[in-house]
Amino acid sequence: MNDKKVIWKRKPLIKNRLLRIGLILLISTYLLSVFLTTEIDWQRILEGIPRGKNFIFAFFPPDFITRSDEILAGIFESLWMTIVATIVGILISIPVSLGAAKNIAPKFVYFLSRGVITLSRSFQEVILAIFFVKLMGFGPFAGMVTLSLSTIGFFAKLLSEDIEDINKSQAEAIKSTGSSWFQWVNYGVQPQVMPRFIGLSLYRLDINFRESAVIGIVGGGGIGSTLNTAFDRYEFETAAAVIIVIISIVMIVEYTSSHLRKLIK
Amino acid sequence: MPIIKQKDYKTWKKFDRKRDLQNWLCWFLGTLIFSFCFGLISSKTIWFYVFDSHNEALDLLGRMFPPETNYFFTLIKPIWDTLNIATIGTTIGTLIAIPLAFLSANNTTPSKKFLRPLALFCIVSSRSINSVIWALLLVAVVGPGVLAGIIAIGLRSIGFCGKLLYEAIEEIDENQIEAIEATGANKAQIMTFGIVPQILPAFTSISIYRWDINIREATVVGLVGAGGIGIELDAQIGDLAWAKVSVILLAIVVAVVFSEWITAKIRKAII
Repeated sequence: MNDKKVIWKRKPLIKNRLLRIGLILLISTYLLSVFLTTEIDWQRILEGIPRGKNFIFAFFPPDFITRSDEILAGIFESLWMTIVATIVGILISIPVSLGAAKNIAPKFVYFLSRGVITLSRSFQEVILAIFFVKLMGFGPFAGMVTLSLSTIGFFAKLLSEDIEDINKSQAEAIKSTGSSWFQWVNYGVQPQVMPRFIGLSLYRLDINFRESAVIGIVGGGGIGSTLNTAFDRYEFETAAAVIIVIISIVMIVEYTSSHLRKLIK
Repeated sequence: MPIIKQKDYKTWKKFDRKRDLQNWLCWFLGTLIFSFCFGLISSKTIWFYVFDSHNEALDLLGRMFPPETNYFFTLIKPIWDTLNIATIGTTIGTLIAIPLAFLSANNTTPSKKFLRPLALFCIVSSRSINSVIWALLLVAVVGPGVLAGIIAIGLRSIGFCGKLLYEAIEEIDENQIEAIEATGANKAQIMTFGIVPQILPAFTSISIYRWDINIREATVVGLVGAGGIGIELDAQIGDLAWAKVSVILLAIVVAVVFSEWITAKIRKAII
């Protein structure tokens, strides 16, 4: 019998041994420093567990009836906000995404558009909403402006990446017919990015509805305001109802939008 | 693409008459819906404030500049907390998302009738509740602080990572699994040698992508008391200390751009 067996071993994920050990060390020091610098008040958590239990039980049974008018009004407001904000946001994103595509825009416009996109992506919707509520007063208009602006960052970024990936020969064929710039974009570029365009719009509609539920918390109108009011009044049954309504609408919107996206593909 | 003959010359049009009419109808309906919704919004808007907003904005900018740069040094701890909320939250979220994804993928789920819908329900409900709402609930349970933020971000990440991961699992190459199976491997071995290597790239890119998103989300969970730079932002806005607010906003932009840069680097290194 042969003592030496040939044993197969899996290849390690990272080939360089030094790098592997270094990464492990780095991660463990990071975790340690997080653990040391984070103040976790265990006393408060222990206290909070029974309180949390009461809190969660206060949600049951969800009460749809007492404030049904407000819930309905909030949902419809959210829906209007979402639709208008998505359309406005997309209309603004189209020129921005053309500007942010390397193969179309001159350098100056490119950097300008990229700047707009980065700025719009850096701030979370809620932070933007705080400022727009301050500037434009409470209500759905501030929420709509917030959602439109944050749509730009998402939509223009992804669309411009798609524009950069277009088939050049098709666009050139249009150009060689002597088309103007607008005709070139309309017949050479637009048909190529259209499927992605529709998919992204539906996706963003879905995201905007979800976000509209939060910007209401800082005064941006919609179902979020209803939720916030319910919390402020300590009407947790109503709050539970609002959350359930949000979840079910998001499910419906997501299901339809993903179904539609599959159909288009 | 019809060529239309007129008296003595031909013109090309992109669509025929029927398609033109359809397109026109779609645009008409779209405009109708848009104006209807906008009308409803505008009926709830006090236009005086909106038209006055540019003055308000100029006033606000005037108060924000120059930023109080010294204030930055007190921000270092909140920024560190924010990074931690995002990182630890993402880690927890992805760790919980892995089993959920295996349960909800069509080809790996142990029971299609019972566990799969349950796991899908967990994923969807985690996705539909925004992290701020999660934080709002958790602050009441575990108290204000970083921990509430970490759990909120983690819970929100489960749905996102779970969904993308189970889609990745459903798209794996069955032949490779069959090859592993043919060697007489058991279930666990099929998992580690057949499935995991196939979804590992997707898994890494999903978790990095989510980390990038979570940095942004972690800046706002503090607004409801769940730790990080949001607490500072909320306090300074409450104090109307706009010169400090501008410093916070700058710090957020820097953090986000930094995280985007790191993500791009890691993604390039992996792919």
